[in-house]
Amino acid sequence: MAEYGILVDYEWCSGCHSCEVACQMEHGFEPDHFGIKIAELGPWQIAGKKWQHANIPLFSEQCDLCAARTTQGKLPTCVHHCQAACLSYGTLDALAAQLKEKPQQALVALR
Amino acid sequence: MTEKREYVLIEHEKPWTYEEDGLKVARGSAWTGPGCHIGCGVLLYTDENGRLVKVEGDPENPFNEGRLCIRCLALPEVTHSTKRLTYPMKRDKALRGKNQFERISWDEALDTIEAKLKEIAEQYGPESVLFMQGTGRDIAAWISRLAWSYGSPNYGFPLSGLACYLPRVSGMYSTTGSFWVCDCSQQFPDRYDNPEYQDPEVMILWGNNPLISNSDGFFGHWVVDLMRRGMKTIVCDPRMTWLGARAEIVLPVRPGTDAALALGMLNVIIGEDLYDHEFVELWCYGFDELAERAKEYPVDKVAEICWVDADRIRTAARLFANAERACVQWGVAVDMTREALPAGQAISALTQITGNIDRPGGMIIPPELIFYGGGFGADLLTPEQTNKRLGMNQYPLLKFGFATFQPDVALRAMETGDPYEIRGLWLQTTNTIACMGADPKRWLAAAKKADFIVCTDLFMTPTIMALADYVLPAATYPERDGLRIGDGPQRGETINKVVQVGECKSDMEINLELGRRLNPEAWPWQDVKEMFTSMIAETGYDFDGLRAVAPAYPRYIYRKHEKGLLRRDGSPGFNTATGRIELWATVYANAGLDPLPYFEEPEPGPGSTPELLDEYPLVLTTGARNWGMFHSEHRNIPRLRSLRPDPLIEVHPDAAEKFGLKDGDWVWVENQLDRAKRRVKLWPALLDARFCSTDHAWWFPEADPEKLYEVFDLNINNNVTWTPGKSGFGSNYKCMLVKLSKVEEGETHD
Repeated sequence: MAEYGILVDYEWCSGCHSCEVACQMEHGFEPDHFGIKIAELGPWQIAGKKWQHANIPLFSEQCDLCAARTTQGKLPTCVHHCQAACLSYGTLDALAAQLKEKPQQALVALR
Repeated sequence: MTEKREYVLIEHEKPWTYEEDGLKVARGSAWTGPGCHIGCGVLLYTDENGRLVKVEGDPENPFNEGRLCIRCLALPEVTHSTKRLTYPMKRDKALRGKNQFERISWDEALDTIEAKLKEIAEQYGPESVLFMQGTGRDIAAWISRLAWSYGSPNYGFPLSGLACYLPRVSGMYSTTGSFWVCDCSQQFPDRYDNPEYQDPEVMILWGNNPLISNSDGFFGHWVVDLMRRGMKTIVCDPRMTWLGARAEIVLPVRPGTDAALALGMLNVIIGEDLYDHEFVELWCYGFDELAERAKEYPVDKVAEICWVDADRIRTAARLFANAERACVQWGVAVDMTREALPAGQAISALTQITGNIDRPGGMIIPPELIFYGGGFGADLLTPEQTNKRLGMNQYPLLKFGFATFQPDVALRAMETGDPYEIRGLWLQTTNTIACMGADPKRWLAAAKKADFIVCTDLFMTPTIMALADYVLPAATYPERDGLRIGDGPQRGETINKVVQVGECKSDMEINLELGRRLNPEAWPWQDVKEMFTSMIAETGYDFDGLRAVAPAYPRYIYRKHEKGLLRRDGSPGFNTATGRIELWATVYANAGLDPLPYFEEPEPGPGSTPELLDEYPLVLTTGARNWGMFHSEHRNIPRLRSLRPDPLIEVHPDAAEKFGLKDGDWVWVENQLDRAKRRVKLWPALLDARFCSTDHAWWFPEADPEKLYEVFDLNINNNVTWTPGKSGFGSNYKCMLVKLSKVEEGETHD
């Protein structure tokens, strides 16, 4: 059973890669290994002037939700460094409540 | 002078340095090198071997609130890169361009450089040495003092038309007596919660993608903060960016026509009576003249010039003018057009006639701890030497504000010896032939004529390989103490040394040690900390005192013009000849320039040289930043390079089809001057199939040093000329006509 996770407000993920590199540096990963990686969705023109252009962070098996950090009361490093502040860490119950507050979010159960 | 001032401080949980799990942690500011325009609050983690092992964003620092970009996150791999320059070197002048440097001691390096510079000063006059720097480095104060204390008035940037921020900054000072930035609450330590603060309702993002460029003290993701709080945006960009996809209106302006677009918007705002009558009447000068000028730019005409739909321009102008609080976050695209000064003037006027001046959520005057715009130590120069500054006679505006030489005039002096021969070059952290120099082969040929060239940098670069007789290794920011005072709203912060790499010294240390040898009276300090303490004396802190409490925020006051806080005489108004914001600029009139904003077609361009369109049908803009690189830096850091292994040109699929190109093809990007290599990235988000866009400052650190790391294959400034605007400010770096053709197997530039 999972208890903790990350809520992604992907409406606002700018694709800055800070989560990826913070994670790699925290865990000592080589540049081709990721605990979190951003998928780019777009750009394409939907209709009229509207464009699809979003970034969605995905979590790999190498994500341990920064166990060493969270036991010290710190945030997972991706959440800490996210420049758009679009990642939230917490219990799944608390995050599920936030999930209902707006669309274009995704809740990932991680531990 | 020691003045008791009041600062707003934040609470710190811990002292500036402390232990955590066997690591030492130091709080401080991230500035520089590598280059950067902002300087976030960071926590530097070092181990028992004195190595930097981790960099984190400091959550206590209100500027970035713990957030950090990937160049700081990956910094341990920069600081401890095995490719760093770690000791001084020399090379015989006859061997310039050959990879044949010889290690020497600091004593030998400084002894020889001192002797050689003194010899040049005696024989030819100190003005015959040019002191140059790149951008985004914390060295302007010290390199300018080095130049001036030596007796040379020639400190500056090897960038045609000073086309990076200085046109906008000089323009703002000339017409308003101050300097203006968007109010994102960055002047308050309690940020968005400050009771006096209100969010802008509308922000125009003009000619920059601040999320990536983070220029001029502006943390780009503040825009995202504000959008999440409800702010609307208008994006002026030829590409549909991520920000554009979330904007209320996108204006896909043809590169180089920004002035026309701004004048068209002024035409709407004045014509439809949407301007702030009270503000204009009380605080502006020359409104009627501006209104007359704006009449020359009806929206339909502007739409034709800019390739933007007329109704979209009208809607944008109305949205901006009708907002209670609005501001413009502008970028270097405004400067990198030849007539940059009037372009900046027109854009500024949008904020001025709508009264968005020094009020919450508008444009604000950033508070200053110390005034450093004029350089550090201009008083050290005699009037006789000051008058020898290159370009000052041709371009009277250079007498105001920034005391730099005019780079196009400096290049001609290097080439022709007019008005005097250039004998020496001091190049401190500028990779000129890979980055800011236009027509880099021309600049290199001129630079080679100098008898004596010293370069200082973090890494070997094409510029050092091509030119240096002496090379001095510079420090990254965790290797040095320093002051972070800031672009934009200043705050008192320190940069704190936590590691030593090889024999590297900080830029300031190098300048202090050499300066002391050349002119001991001008450099009376024992060490850099004593120098910093002396520089910030007026704040009431010494270096250690500031480090303990940093960041220290000066108390911020809105509506200073109403309170008599902007003029030396203490009367209300602005610090200009008329006491008002000058929409009709006295300073420009006195300098023989048009006092009102205007638009001139970039040349060559679709509007000025339509006959070239058959051969060169695409309009190219250059210089778009990418996340992992600062200008010409970071190509040699594998983690960051992996995000952008090759230089790319974004091409619309329709244009690619026309040229027979597919995604990933290597192409020559060619104009009437020269060509450069790029890889095609098919990109439907170019908002006109005639636009293409590429990044800049490419070289391959992995390539042959004696082929100068293939810089002349890769430098997009091969296609840029040294052609400044009428004022001496501005140059066409970002708007040119090009064609694309496939690179044949094994083909190189020459």
